[in-house]
Amino acid sequence: MLRQHQIRDDKDFSGCSIFGMINLEGKKVDGAPIIKAIANMKERSNGLGGGFAAYGIYPELSDLYAFHMMFDDERARVETEEFMCASFYMEKAEIIPTRPHRGVSDPPLLWRYFLLPREELLDGEAEDDFVVRAVMHINERIEGAFVFSSGKNMGVFKGVGYPEDIARFFLLDEYEAYTWVGHGRFPTNTQGWWGGAHPFNILDWSVVHNGEISSYGINVRYLEMYGYKCTLHTDTEVIAYAVDLLVRRHRLSIEDMSKVLAAPLWEEIDRMPPEERKIHTALRQTYSSLLMNGPFSIIISNNYQMIGLTDRIRLRPLVAGTRGNMVYISSEEAPMHLVDDSIEHTWIPQGGVPIVAELKKKKIVEEPPEMELLREEALP
Amino acid sequence: MKIDLEKKGDPRVFARINDKARIDASNLHYRELNAMVKEAASEGVKTMEIHNVFGQRYIGSGVRQPVHIDIYGVPGNDLGAFMDGPTIITHRNAQDGVGNTMNSGTIVVNGRAGDIVAMGMRGGQIFIRESVGYRAAIHMKEYFKHKPVLIIGGTTQDFLGEYMAGGVVVVLGLTKGEKEVKHQARHIGTGMHGGAIYLRGEVDDRNLGKGVSKVPLDEKDRDVLRDCVEGYVSYFGGDADEILSSHFTKLAALSHRPYGGLYAY
Repeated sequence: MLRQHQIRDDKDFSGCSIFGMINLEGKKVDGAPIIKAIANMKERSNGLGGGFAAYGIYPELSDLYAFHMMFDDERARVETEEFMCASFYMEKAEIIPTRPHRGVSDPPLLWRYFLLPREELLDGEAEDDFVVRAVMHINERIEGAFVFSSGKNMGVFKGVGYPEDIARFFLLDEYEAYTWVGHGRFPTNTQGWWGGAHPFNILDWSVVHNGEISSYGINVRYLEMYGYKCTLHTDTEVIAYAVDLLVRRHRLSIEDMSKVLAAPLWEEIDRMPPEERKIHTALRQTYSSLLMNGPFSIIISNNYQMIGLTDRIRLRPLVAGTRGNMVYISSEEAPMHLVDDSIEHTWIPQGGVPIVAELKKKKIVEEPPEMELLREEALP
Repeated sequence: MKIDLEKKGDPRVFARINDKARIDASNLHYRELNAMVKEAASEGVKTMEIHNVFGQRYIGSGVRQPVHIDIYGVPGNDLGAFMDGPTIITHRNAQDGVGNTMNSGTIVVNGRAGDIVAMGMRGGQIFIRESVGYRAAIHMKEYFKHKPVLIIGGTTQDFLGEYMAGGVVVVLGLTKGEKEVKHQARHIGTGMHGGAIYLRGEVDDRNLGKGVSKVPLDEKDRDVLRDCVEGYVSYFGGDADEILSSHFTKLAALSHRPYGGLYAY
């Protein structure tokens, strides 16, 4: 597919830029601040990839899975829609609004669908599991089709270009979200293509990443046993699926999940109090194949959390900052000050220890859409 | 983005009165800004104020005149890299790579700095008011009279003095507010083979890397410490005598070639 229009990286070294911001009360802002922040780190990008995840953007359709799709051609779209209609109720299908923008060329066909699994097909299976299987099916089996976002009330927007150009291409200044996460640069050790840009998403999990995962091979083989198909030719994909497996399916806490990805050294485990030692030994033994080897700093997000994490010896940069209800996580300090000049507190997180920012209320109560209000007012 | 190295002609961006200059960096790419700083220094400007700095890298890089540069905002990575003589004062936090391979001069950070402060530093002084991130003083080195000094008011994170080959690092632990500080950084001095690290307070042996050990302080060490602490106090305030009355731990390399037997024998 798009995989044919790949751009070589020619070993153009720069470090990825990652930036995330969350309002803990669920108050929404448009995309302007994150565009400003990620553009400030242009030196870290190289024009071969940029992308964003935005949470809270589809309040009127918040109960439906929002599938963002890339298609090579009409055939791929028709084939995918046939598959979708057979498996889901389709509430809405539309072209993702874009505007031509300098620096963004050869986009695939970009569509979004609001879907709910057909109850009669669930047969006791959890909806989320059903959706994961559907995503894997499309990505693996339908030539020229790729799901790049599949969560509820959130969406990923990404492509080949500088992140600020990609943001303008997707009109992100017109969306409002309580959590924004962005990334600049391109997939590690692979050629840049639209699907290979960050964030990587499954359900409402999104991951942006600076670094490289040298344990990719063993991680992929482990995840395959649980039905995750890695089709994107790049390492970060495994983090998204690993997090989904560990936190959603195996119900690990964020802290324990972090200790799987960035496990403490054995000599540190040996010094822990007995109970803790037992837990960490078990985690390392059970999930040794999900240890992420290699340098990384990542921002993981879902509908109510934003999590920053680096590898245990911090081989990639990450700083955090807060002001009031805002929490920021960034590759560099300056963009946090640029978007929020009165930022109160910034710090350098410890390697392997997650920063977890969580909405005060797990479920955001959405304002009823304007149309509904109008209708109510019209009642006698 | 188009790089325009002629922006110095714009009075809104660059204003000069006698030997003082004021630069508004709001819309400047680092290449534009640094070309301006370098040119101004070579034209005889003695003091510069740079305002609205947000992430521009390499400020002061390669400047060889003893100019005084005040930075308002957050300078980007590799502040003062390769610089040879200037004094840079930042009035907020700094990012990663402060003083990367700098040769001489002074950098003062009124706040915190990021990772790899003083990486490969060859000479001059760096004063950080608060704490620093990972790998401070990584591969810092010295050559006869060229002896770099890094003084940190707060604490450091892991891998302080990694592969350190020379120079002096002083970590005061003042931000902890305790009389006797216990440093928590791990893997301190991993691969260290020269120079000295002075920590106010104590550190557990298990936090030290292989190839480094605690050694007693002598009179010469006390003189070095006094110079460093008085320098720190002159920028950030405090009582030098009180700080110096605390217990200090000195860390030094066990060998000049810790991996000699590993790679060549």
